[in-house]
Amino acid sequence: MMLREIAHGRTGDKGDTCNISVIARDPRDYPRLVRDVTAARVCAFFAGIVEGDVVRYELPQLGALNFVMTRALGGGVTRSVALDAHGKSLSSALMGMEIGDSITGERQDP
Amino acid sequence: MSRAAARRVPTTDRPLRIGCGAGYSGDRIEPAVELVEQGDLDYLVFECLAERTIAIAQQAKARDPNAGFDPRLRERMEAVLAGCHARGVTIITNMGAANPHAAAACVRDVGVQAGLTNLTIAIVTGDDVLAMMTGGEYRSLETGEMFVPGSIVSANVYLGAEPIVEALLHGVDVVITGRVADPSLFVAPIVATYGWTLDDWRRLGIATSAGHLLECAGQVTGGYFADPGVKDVPGLERLGFPIAEISPDGGVVITKVSGSGGLVTTATCTEQLLYEVHDPAAYLTPDVSADFSQVSMTTMGADRVRVSGASGRARPATLKVSVGQFDGWIGEGQISYAGPGAVARARLAANVVAKRLELIGVSCSDIRYDLIGIDALHGAARSTSSSDPYEVRLRVAARTPSEADAWRVAREVEALYTNGPAGGGGATATVRQVLAMRSTLVPRGDVSWRVDYEAIP
Repeated sequence: MMLREIAHGRTGDKGDTCNISVIARDPRDYPRLVRDVTAARVCAFFAGIVEGDVVRYELPQLGALNFVMTRALGGGVTRSVALDAHGKSLSSALMGMEIGDSITGERQDP
Repeated sequence: MSRAAARRVPTTDRPLRIGCGAGYSGDRIEPAVELVEQGDLDYLVFECLAERTIAIAQQAKARDPNAGFDPRLRERMEAVLAGCHARGVTIITNMGAANPHAAAACVRDVGVQAGLTNLTIAIVTGDDVLAMMTGGEYRSLETGEMFVPGSIVSANVYLGAEPIVEALLHGVDVVITGRVADPSLFVAPIVATYGWTLDDWRRLGIATSAGHLLECAGQVTGGYFADPGVKDVPGLERLGFPIAEISPDGGVVITKVSGSGGLVTTATCTEQLLYEVHDPAAYLTPDVSADFSQVSMTTMGADRVRVSGASGRARPATLKVSVGQFDGWIGEGQISYAGPGAVARARLAANVVAKRLELIGVSCSDIRYDLIGIDALHGAARSTSSSDPYEVRLRVAARTPSEADAWRVAREVEALYTNGPAGGGGATATVRQVLAMRSTLVPRGDVSWRVDYEAIP
């Protein structure tokens, strides 16, 4: 299933760094986010867009993860030639990421 | 004494109420009017200064010494100044941009035209460090390279809450600033109201959490949030802007005017709390290293969310400077194709432009050929639709060293009208000069701010 079914999120930009929050709709799904939406998977998902690192911060009391991705905005909002220079639409892309329906069904992607 | 100085003292029963009337320079006007008339506010903040705005304003000021502040300042003040004055609501805004003194003159003029008397305006300056940057050696945090003095258009240090606190304690109706960290615009009235000290890191962290939640206005009340069928938001066409209630004990509640559009929920507040945040335990501002890592949200009723658990540690030793530099040009052209074979014709068009740019010898870097509707936002890898869309729009954009080359890129796309594939319509050609924003750090001691006052007696 798609991440969108259990989570929502928002993109923010600072220079060439993009952050995307991934927030459980139901706090009980937070452990699944922690398990399935790893920094490595997010990095692989954004291959070709994110040229730097992906760091994940965990906020259990908010049921939220925060992904910080460097060299992710085509050199920075103010100089990028991209149509969406802010990367505002990147959170919607991430919501389309496939996550495992169950522990046994989980794919062991990078 | 100004009207605002006679304001009532907040209590636990009737906490301090701060509204945000704009989250960016182009924001809607009416939500701020609604806040003034129905928000029962003490303060109304307008945050209108994006990263690049001040560099553009600096250029405007170079052409006209009376320009260089937010172009919509007059319009916004005409909408709210009299109402705020009548109700004792103090306005705080960074709409001064590159020229806070000229902005104050504009606000004063709006006041005079409206027949207002007894109005005091504070002007905060000291953020403009262009002379310091061009006279010294500074390195870009992003590129690691030294700034070349001649290429710098603007350099503005992010000031904190301190100068605004000084202005508010003086008793003013309007505070006009240039570059100030966005949350600090909100931290200042909280600190001034409750007499918190500027080294009370925990309380500054709390105030910063409230400021951060409010600074983008409608983004915490249901804007930048709606996703039909999944996250529905009522009344986006009349989205209400946010109010933060801050109690004397540091309790924070986010809400909005009853009956306005949008919604305030733990979901909207959580999205906005993390917006543009990197390490949630160290959100750096000139005032504090705020810690949002232990924040929790509680629903207190319809469109009321309590935000608790924010804290903070000692403020950074350095201040961040935002430096605007010319960085070449971007030429862009677009053209649309529709019906059977639309995508193939758009791809042919892209191919023709690529060959043309080679033939005529245009110098460019970072060139992009996007098919809007297919791969423009996130590239082909994530675009999984198997069937062709009914219509598609080719977008060619390239960075060039010269304006002439930028126009040659844009015009090659436009020339597809008569020289390209069949049925190309709606072509556009645009060119813009790139003002890249970079940053550097300076010691606090190198920066000095001041507050001036202007009044209508």
